[in-house]
Amino acid sequence: MRPTCVNKVFDLAERDPRVVYIGSDLSPDLTARMKQEMPGRAFMEGVSEAHVVGMAAGLAMEGFIPFVHTIATFITRRCYEQVAVDLCLHNLPVRLIGNGGGLVYAPLGPTHLAIEDVAIMRALPNMTVVSVCDADEMVRFMDQTLDWPGPIYIRLAKGFDPIVSREELGFEIGKAIPMRVAAGGVDRVLLVSTGVATTRTLAAAELLAENGVESTVLHVHTVKPLDIAAVVHYSHDVRVVVTIEEHTLVGGLGSAVTEALVDGCGSRIPLIRRLGIPDVFAVKYGSQDQLMAMYGLQAPQIAESVWETLKLVSA
Amino acid sequence: MATDATRAMPRYQTPPLDQRSIYLRRLVVRALEGGGRGHIGSSLSLIEIMRVLYDEVLRFRPTDPAWASRDRCILSKGHGCLAQYVMLADKGFFPVDVLDGFCRYDSILGGHPEAAKVPGVEASTGALGHGLPIGMGRALAIRMKGQDARVFVITGDGEINEGSVWEAALSCSKHHLSNLVLMIDYNKIQSAGATSEILDLEPLVDKWRSFGFATAEVDGHDVEALRRLLYQVPLDHDRPTAIICHTIKGKGIAFTENDAEWHHKSSLKADVIAEMYAALRVG
Repeated sequence: MRPTCVNKVFDLAERDPRVVYIGSDLSPDLTARMKQEMPGRAFMEGVSEAHVVGMAAGLAMEGFIPFVHTIATFITRRCYEQVAVDLCLHNLPVRLIGNGGGLVYAPLGPTHLAIEDVAIMRALPNMTVVSVCDADEMVRFMDQTLDWPGPIYIRLAKGFDPIVSREELGFEIGKAIPMRVAAGGVDRVLLVSTGVATTRTLAAAELLAENGVESTVLHVHTVKPLDIAAVVHYSHDVRVVVTIEEHTLVGGLGSAVTEALVDGCGSRIPLIRRLGIPDVFAVKYGSQDQLMAMYGLQAPQIAESVWETLKLVSA
Repeated sequence: MATDATRAMPRYQTPPLDQRSIYLRRLVVRALEGGGRGHIGSSLSLIEIMRVLYDEVLRFRPTDPAWASRDRCILSKGHGCLAQYVMLADKGFFPVDVLDGFCRYDSILGGHPEAAKVPGVEASTGALGHGLPIGMGRALAIRMKGQDARVFVITGDGEINEGSVWEAALSCSKHHLSNLVLMIDYNKIQSAGATSEILDLEPLVDKWRSFGFATAEVDGHDVEALRRLLYQVPLDHDRPTAIICHTIKGKGIAFTENDAEWHHKSSLKADVIAEMYAALRVG
């Protein structure tokens, strides 16, 4: 997903002279192509995120479309005020590409785990937050970034993630994609997920189906602006709504979906269960998959949580 | 405090304020009267810097604030906005009587300037340490577009405590942005007291020189000296310029000068406003 995203920036730059790339201190391999083909429009500006975001704002004020790229924690936590004031208050078309959203950097520890990036980016007016599920979807998304008017935070996953998105389902920023739609039945559930959690969620849906539970999987690649209409629509007549995200339970997809249902469903709010990372810093290292398992975010665990939740409404 | 505050001040023979400088300060007081509050000391130290820039240096069109060839003037110390507001009003970006609404509910003029609201304001500032990174990006962009506009960034002294300023300084130098001019309003008093006590900036000129800037120092209230210097910018054709403007916080109203207490005031009463006007009588 990462090389796909960066290569796509360079493709866009070939098509559109407004596109520039700014990295902080990333692998020279990443920018070699653009430096060679488009010298003067690819910059590696050093470990200075606060400055780099302001610089991008300045470039955007002059008509450019900067793609700023560094590790997700640094592009969100480190320069939050610059993102809020320079990008969001001015509503500038700057794209922030965050490497390693969620638990990707598991072996590197909590300084590098972007577990609250979606929450803090989502809290900013004018910000768009996108977390696609695989490299193919990244390509479809990136094609739409040129004409999006305001800032976008792009959460990258690890890379080489299984391809689960389907071209025929299309892609539109701000429009959730029903990746699987439940057939009839009493025990219907809605599973709402984002990023690579969607991959695990689709697998969990298969396990559920094998046990007679029909589920709709709504892939919310754009956490903000949330596709409220889709969330509310697919929540009708389901017994439970379960949200799944590789992110803290404070303020992420689960919070956004809950807010939408509280505001949009009146007294008919279904039972909601949110799966994600608890409100703690990680205490283990290992791999992304190991930490996902520790937090109950692998497919069998997701399926188990759905069964448990269904028991609550059946009791 | 005065001894500490003026420790790094070169000995300048500052001429008395002329009628225009007094008139502009009276406009500042007019806005303070309208809003009942404001960053007084921080604005009064800026008046001659902003005056010379807008009267004689900057290219702009008040009826076309987005004119592509304009020089970009970014007031990074947004709390000093009254000094910019009075110049923009004086130049016709908006009517002078708009100053009376300063900080009021429906006004375009807030306590910190917003680009989306105020014609002539290039960036929304107020959070400190943002102007130089933005200015750097704009200067780079202007050069990439092949334009000859210049970018002027005005910071405070307390403001440059912020690390983002020094990150941007490295980058300005790396890119040889000779179309960028940084002006530091060095009044040597920040909100909490003397800069020499809070977080000493000295040797300030050496710092900017070592960061790759062409540097100059000037009496920030000497209109003629500012004029002579600013006619020469950029000071180097391969480096950005940094000008240390030695100023006096609260300059022009004796009881506000060199006193951190007058950094900002709220609930300004009519008698205080009257005293300010009295201190700014012409002739």
